[in-house]
Amino acid sequence: MSEWTKHNLIDLKDLTKEEIELILDTAKSFKEISTRDVKKVPTLRGKTVVMLFFESSTRTRLSFELAAKRLSADTLSVAASSSSMTKGESILDTARNIEAMNVDMIVVRHKSSGVPNILADGLKASVINAGDGCRAHPTQALLDIFTIRERFGKVAGLNVGIVGDILHSRVARSNIWGLKTMGAHITVCGPSTLMPRGIEQLGVKVSHNIDEVIASSDALMLLRLQQERQEDKFLPSTREYAKVFGVNRAKLKNAKKHLLIMHPGPTNRGVELSSDVADGEFSVILSQVTNGVAIRMAILYLLLGTKDKLELEGKI
Amino acid sequence: MSLLIKNAKIVNADQMHEQPQDILLERGKIVKIAPSIKAENVKIIDATGKIVVPGLVDIHVHFREPGREDKETIESGSKSAAKGGFTTVMCMPNTCPVIDNEMIVGAIINEAKRVGLVNVIPIGAITRGQKDGELTDMFELKKAGCLALSDDGKSVNNSRVMRLAMEYADMVGLLLIEHCQDPLLTSCGVMNEGLNSTLLGIKGDPGIAESVIVARDIELAHYLNTRVHLAHMSLKRSVELIRFAKSQGIKVTAEVCPHHFTLTDDAVKDFDTKAKVNPPLRTKEDIEALKQGLKDGTIDCIVTDHAPHTEEDKDVSFDQAPFGLIGLETSVGLTMSELVHKGVLTLPQLVEKMSAAPARIVGLKSKGWIKEGFDADITIIDPNKEWVFEKDEIVSKSKNSPFIGRKMKGRVDLTIYSGRVVYECLK
Repeated sequence: MSEWTKHNLIDLKDLTKEEIELILDTAKSFKEISTRDVKKVPTLRGKTVVMLFFESSTRTRLSFELAAKRLSADTLSVAASSSSMTKGESILDTARNIEAMNVDMIVVRHKSSGVPNILADGLKASVINAGDGCRAHPTQALLDIFTIRERFGKVAGLNVGIVGDILHSRVARSNIWGLKTMGAHITVCGPSTLMPRGIEQLGVKVSHNIDEVIASSDALMLLRLQQERQEDKFLPSTREYAKVFGVNRAKLKNAKKHLLIMHPGPTNRGVELSSDVADGEFSVILSQVTNGVAIRMAILYLLLGTKDKLELEGKI
Repeated sequence: MSLLIKNAKIVNADQMHEQPQDILLERGKIVKIAPSIKAENVKIIDATGKIVVPGLVDIHVHFREPGREDKETIESGSKSAAKGGFTTVMCMPNTCPVIDNEMIVGAIINEAKRVGLVNVIPIGAITRGQKDGELTDMFELKKAGCLALSDDGKSVNNSRVMRLAMEYADMVGLLLIEHCQDPLLTSCGVMNEGLNSTLLGIKGDPGIAESVIVARDIELAHYLNTRVHLAHMSLKRSVELIRFAKSQGIKVTAEVCPHHFTLTDDAVKDFDTKAKVNPPLRTKEDIEALKQGLKDGTIDCIVTDHAPHTEEDKDVSFDQAPFGLIGLETSVGLTMSELVHKGVLTLPQLVEKMSAAPARIVGLKSKGWIKEGFDADITIIDPNKEWVFEKDEIVSKSKNSPFIGRKMKGRVDLTIYSGRVVYECLK
């Protein structure tokens, strides 16, 4: 097994196949803890993890908090609206002040791409990117890859379709990096106005035909259609989007028997997927959420382990 | 005191004089050029081994005064210009308040005269408050000292307003300088739209936002038979459109900035806000087209678009950071390194692009040439001097440059404005 050497997690672009596998294997061993009667191990006792969320989040923040708590770390949450950012303080100053209270790790979400890099460059604390702008959401992609590997026993060679607003999706970008590294074949599918320029240069196929993508996929990730995109006139209507790109039971008639329907949440039922698909036999949406806690436990454990080591060696 | 430059290898836009000359400067004018001049009571400058060119002219800078004196003032900007070898600069009107009336024009000219380091000519706004609506009082602006008008920072988006502005400015005798960028196409884009913007998850600015306005303004200039000058061209398509327009005899001129022919959008890969600029850094293909355009005359001149910003303003997330970089102190170094030493331009062509052409375009009749009777604005360049652009040597108030730490070949050694030495490199 390869050794873990990083103390920040910003983008899956930075990880090798071996590193991703190490996270997945570590998560696998941690997953069982959450099923125990006493869901807690002392691994990170005495560590402090702060959630610095400048964008709203329920699932991701809760998942990180539970992951930290189940490893016995102390956690705190800062919501953007209550932070001193609203008083004009810069984000790095906010983070430095938090760090000055001897915090070990900052989990950050921000609407601007690149903010986690600013923190990682300016802090000694470990930084985890919990979603920045349209750029990266590495823990989401890792839990997606974990879920796929859990079901199929492998990732390499599988066909994965990512459907929806690719242009604005950090989940899509992180999954492209992670899945490519793991050897999957990726097709991105969505309206041409929501397809970022140059995406095919990343080695993915681009399709506007949902039926073809459904038929060829082993796993299908549906992205939330953000309502504000429609207001920005990227699309004629949500109604037409639902008809053409939305997945319902009828459209799944040519799907492979083992197809996984995945969604990073929150879902818009009736838009990108119908309720009978969201709750149907193909859906692994809730497994993804369960796995998210295990993945985040693994990442907290690995990053803080490296941080301790680097500190001991006087490198940070 | 009079100045006598000895052993000057003079480069003008039409030729390089192989035989060294002496140049005598008196009362702000070039009074005599001859193989050997004897004069009493003069300060002697020995230019052996250097090249001596007409004082450089930059028709596109931002000096931030009035309004943002923490970023740059007329005084600090003048120092930066003198260090860069510039003797005339034209400052854009997107200050606060906007330069759209004779009072502000007069105030800037007076302050520049008090500083006295370089010739600073304010550019007036095309529309009042740069609001894309009413035209400014152009006769009044001209009388106050403007040579050109621009709503730089943004396009004149309303095509009818641009038509009226072109007709009116032509009557007044003022040049219109257009910042070409359709804001609806740019949307909220802050870097070149392409693979890099996709990777970084940053909203892209498609090149067509520039080229559609280039095309529109060419059509207006054709229809009205008036001039238009296109600012900071960044795109291959723009070069092609301008080349076509010139072949049709349409009165269009254009400029390019050193950063656009030096860097691609790879420079913003690690979210470096110092490389965030408008129009954005583009691709290798665009760089090649811009160089070709300079070489064949499609692009008339080189400007800096010197745009100072404080570290606090730039030290934020990429999408929030202001556009722009400082350019006055790196322009000669980059142009020499990227164009002259790489064989794109000859030295006379450099002088054409950085002095003679911009002076001609805005109508500065006694500048842009080293000739008897012309203004005593002269820059001495060491063409082969290798140097590194260091942050602590920047004299602009702002330090926002992606070129800090970059090695260049070719450096300004001395700048003379109106017969006085205003900058001398002592290293």
